[in-house]
Amino acid sequence: MFDFIDRSIMQKDHQSEPIWTNSTFRSTVYQIAAISIVALTAYYLFTNTTANLAKQSIATGFGFLSRESSFEIGESMISFSSSDTYLKALAVGALNTVKVSFIGIILTVALGIIVGIARLSTNWLVSRIAAVYIEVLQDIPVLLQLFFWYTIFNNVMPSPRQAMIPFNGMVLCNRGAYFAIPADHPAFTWMGYAIVIACILIFFIRKWAKKRQERTGQIFPIFTVSSLLIIVLPLVAWFVMGAPTEMNMPVLKGFNFEGGYNVSPEFGSLLLGLVLYTSAFVAEIVRAGIQSISKGQREAAESLGLRPIFVMNLVILPQALRVIIPPLTSQLLNLTKNSSLAVAIGYPDFVSISNTTISQTGQAIEGVALIMIMYLTISLLTSFFMNWYNDKMALVER
Amino acid sequence: MKYFKILTVLLSVVLILVSGIVSAGTLENVKKKGFVQVGVNQGLFGFASADEKGEWKGLDVDTARAISCAVFGTPDKLKFIPLSAQTRFTALQSGEIDVLCRNATRTLARESQLGLNFVTVNYYDGQGFMVPKSLGLKSAKELSGATVCVLQGTTTEQNAADYFKKNGMAWKPVVVESTPAIQQAFFSGRCDCMTSDASQLAGLRTAAPKPGDYMLLPEIISKEPLAPAVRHGDDQWYDVVNFSVLAMIQAEEYGITSKNVDDMLKSEDPEIKRFLGVTPGNGEALGLDEKFAYNIVKHVGNYGEVFDRNVGPATPLAIERGLNALWTNGGLMYAPPFK
Repeated sequence: MFDFIDRSIMQKDHQSEPIWTNSTFRSTVYQIAAISIVALTAYYLFTNTTANLAKQSIATGFGFLSRESSFEIGESMISFSSSDTYLKALAVGALNTVKVSFIGIILTVALGIIVGIARLSTNWLVSRIAAVYIEVLQDIPVLLQLFFWYTIFNNVMPSPRQAMIPFNGMVLCNRGAYFAIPADHPAFTWMGYAIVIACILIFFIRKWAKKRQERTGQIFPIFTVSSLLIIVLPLVAWFVMGAPTEMNMPVLKGFNFEGGYNVSPEFGSLLLGLVLYTSAFVAEIVRAGIQSISKGQREAAESLGLRPIFVMNLVILPQALRVIIPPLTSQLLNLTKNSSLAVAIGYPDFVSISNTTISQTGQAIEGVALIMIMYLTISLLTSFFMNWYNDKMALVER
Repeated sequence: MKYFKILTVLLSVVLILVSGIVSAGTLENVKKKGFVQVGVNQGLFGFASADEKGEWKGLDVDTARAISCAVFGTPDKLKFIPLSAQTRFTALQSGEIDVLCRNATRTLARESQLGLNFVTVNYYDGQGFMVPKSLGLKSAKELSGATVCVLQGTTTEQNAADYFKKNGMAWKPVVVESTPAIQQAFFSGRCDCMTSDASQLAGLRTAAPKPGDYMLLPEIISKEPLAPAVRHGDDQWYDVVNFSVLAMIQAEEYGITSKNVDDMLKSEDPEIKRFLGVTPGNGEALGLDEKFAYNIVKHVGNYGEVFDRNVGPATPLAIERGLNALWTNGGLMYAPPFK
């Protein structure tokens, strides 16, 4: 913050000059003044608001968070009923936002990379299809896309009583897609542990393989071994625990299907809309990143006799990532923030729950503050992670 | 759209932050600036909606016109500010509007915690259920397990939750913010049932591809007294708004209509003479022109006329008077004596 640049130049006159002409002193004073003005303004706004609200006898504070919410939420990752508190309702909304953002980010990055690379393909058709995809989806406002997918879902899908059943265990209707999932059994907990163990093993094997390759030049078939581990270990756990095969099937009961795993039309269209829209931008970023690597790099790699997949994975992408990551971060943040459009199509995200809370308690200032804090937290965490990844990927100068 | 809404909320918040207390002397302020700023619904047929010429129409709009007549003697000194369900109370609190005529339900929490006062009810409503006839339902008690479309930002969500809980029924809400989106979702079959105030359901049904395919279930699960609201602490303005509504109800009881009001000026009945300002007193007490009630009836009509014109049996909404009939006809509309 402080300006130390001129110090060495100022050094020689330092004894003779009066303190108010000293640049370090001046800049310190200016900064203290600026901070004081900001702090005083904030203090004035805060006290004035509190006083005004008190005079108009409007309730303030966050006391409402512990009161009974008395509304229901359509979909929730944790159990929730109308007798739970506003705090829990908001937590449900926050989890729903995190769920759609998290799944959305993973799918967006995957799809974006595929389309971005396809855009640069030497195959004319593949590169044209990718170009059309990018141009069309980039240019339509995301809210319109959400409405579009939601309308499609609602109008194309049949009612539950005439549901489409493509195969046993999957049901499609205008209440969403239902999938049969394995019925509760302790074996599945152990399979979860097995996956974690597999991941840890893979981590160490990769480290070892890299070291060995650096030492001896031998390439270890890391991908095959990793895939085998992550499939075989849980399978072993499943067999050991008695190989349960009972399924929890969706069954039509009364108005709706019950059982199985339900992907609601709201979640489905929100995810689809966000992923398709954002991945178009990500694809362009990926393309820009790859094109920023000079042609010589590719030619050099090819002349070493590397296969195209290795040229991409070992030479081009590691360098391109440095260009890709910063703009990618901002697109992923956009996806998270755009997920607040959910309320337009009825997905109970954080903004939707906050809106209900605001209209039931009337405490708009607190509600809006909570929304801001929530999105700020998610965005800061995402950008913290991406900055860490960026530092890790940055070119190490030797 | 979403950002716009949040922006409006934020702006209102900022208004509260920077504005001082604006509640004192609303009547003076209104007279000085020459018009009343009214918060109305963004578009609810029968209550407040702009027609193809951009002219506002509806029961709430006519209530606002009555206030304009009371203060200025003409029904057009109004500035309509369309508000969403979430921003309406903030707009009133911050002084952005002088009176809120936006089918708002009077409740304890709103009156005590939001810093506002509701005047006389201008429409008694109640929450109901609309279902496709093809489901063959006879009662809301058969709705166990149903998916229910709910419009956000009202007492509706809470009422529905209470009703299903009380009757031990499982349900799944689909809460959508905008009316067009919820219409689209419901009429395409996303939900088994839609719940809202009965008057709103009647309005929404007119937008169905085939209105005849849908019906209202007999249960009314909540009390929704819809009333205009003003800020806490300005009793003079409260009285003006309150008696503007009451004047329409009283006029209907006296049998005074917009057509016969001029003849009624010659009436020998001392009550009617006081009411229409032939015998002075009422106007001065309220700080208004002595002819304020005359002006309201002349330009807007009595409550019965307003009801019939906007939501009555002859309109597409086709709502019967029911609770909104005069007390003399078994309804709840009752005005205290104008003396």
